[in-house]
Amino acid sequence: MKPPKFDYHAPASVDEALALLARYGGDAKILAGGQSLVPLLNFRLSRPAALIDLNRIPALAYIRAEDGEVRFGAMTRQRTIEFSPLVFERVPLLTEATRWVGHLPIRSRGTIGGSIAHADPSAEYPAVLRALDGSVVARGPEGERTVAAAELFQSYLTTSLAAEEILVEVRLPAMPAGAGYAFEELARRHGDFALVGIAAVVARDGERCTMARLATSGTGPVPIRLREAEQILERDGLGDAAIEAAGRRASELVEPDADIHASADYRRHLTGVLTTRAIRRALAKAGHG
Amino acid sequence: MDKNETATVKLTVNGAPHEGRCPPRKLLVDFIREDLALTGTHVGCEHGVCGACTILVNGEAARSCLMLAVQADGAELITVEGLAKDGKLHPLQQAFHEHHGLQCGFCTPGMLLTALDFLRTNPQPSEQEIREGISAVLCRCTGYHGIVKAIAAAAPVLKQS
Repeated sequence: MKPPKFDYHAPASVDEALALLARYGGDAKILAGGQSLVPLLNFRLSRPAALIDLNRIPALAYIRAEDGEVRFGAMTRQRTIEFSPLVFERVPLLTEATRWVGHLPIRSRGTIGGSIAHADPSAEYPAVLRALDGSVVARGPEGERTVAAAELFQSYLTTSLAAEEILVEVRLPAMPAGAGYAFEELARRHGDFALVGIAAVVARDGERCTMARLATSGTGPVPIRLREAEQILERDGLGDAAIEAAGRRASELVEPDADIHASADYRRHLTGVLTTRAIRRALAKAGHG
Repeated sequence: MDKNETATVKLTVNGAPHEGRCPPRKLLVDFIREDLALTGTHVGCEHGVCGACTILVNGEAARSCLMLAVQADGAELITVEGLAKDGKLHPLQQAFHEHHGLQCGFCTPGMLLTALDFLRTNPQPSEQEIREGISAVLCRCTGYHGIVKAIAAAAPVLKQS
């Protein structure tokens, strides 16, 4: 058998899951969709004492609009998000990004909470969470707390959530009506890990840019908000010169790594190219506010 | 349950009830092949990259090397053995046959079940969409042309049925 031995629990409630997590004192892993964790188990790169499987907690799967946000139960599947009319109406950037998340059978199982808690730097959902200034709700022994996207991602596969906490909800502020959006990505094969991905949202008033949001995946240990590139658009408008300048600035703002798939220089170059491409495509969808 | 215990897994495969016992770490694909003796589902990479082990879990395509057997307790699975009916190939299988959608056949079970879920949610796909849909499964023989043609040919047939 490929995975190492582990105890297995499939609690029916979050409270029960929290009690189990506390009982193993940091040696248990939460199993959500399993599309990242199970490969790690199969390679025996991860050897937890126990798996706490959230798949038998139906209360963790929902999508609802509340307080100007769209709120997702952590166990909401990526395939459900891909086809949700509510998501497409309020946060269409997420719909578009979801088509880049793994492959079809991976999205059947993969969850929004799992993807964000796993914090793979090349994943799409963390970039969307950063671009939209979203947040997550973590529940622990002391109760619930909300963690803003900017405070969540710490390093490769590392978030600021504590070992005894479970990510239970993801919150994305609804995008302003008329805002344009795009998710651009380059991968060796569609659905494989991104070399670089760019999430973009722009709102315009004529040639003036009233809001720009740019965030990356695949450009270092955590998703990056390209604030200085956003500011170029917000200051200089949405003409070609400003878009080109924002792309150049974007490539200067990242510190990507090299690996077998791409050099750091290539990823830096891609960051610029995909940023200008994403802005142009977002702009084409933006209404004249 | 303790790591050394075995659990009873009861599920439905291709419409028939099945039951087996296994430790929690047993992968679903190994359970299907070894405990249920349904060897049509192939094991390739065993870490969610090649797609050969793709089956339908409650109607949705999923990689059976990335699920534990205990997670499938109570589930309804469809494997490649469930596609042909009364000695007659499923229309998608027939299309693979007619359009040379396979050579060695190793990826074919995963290809078929991925394509079925893909066509369920996208009944009239473009060629580009088909290529993206089956990007989930690796084929090292065909160069994909025959597979893409087969899926395109099966789409209108499945839409009618």
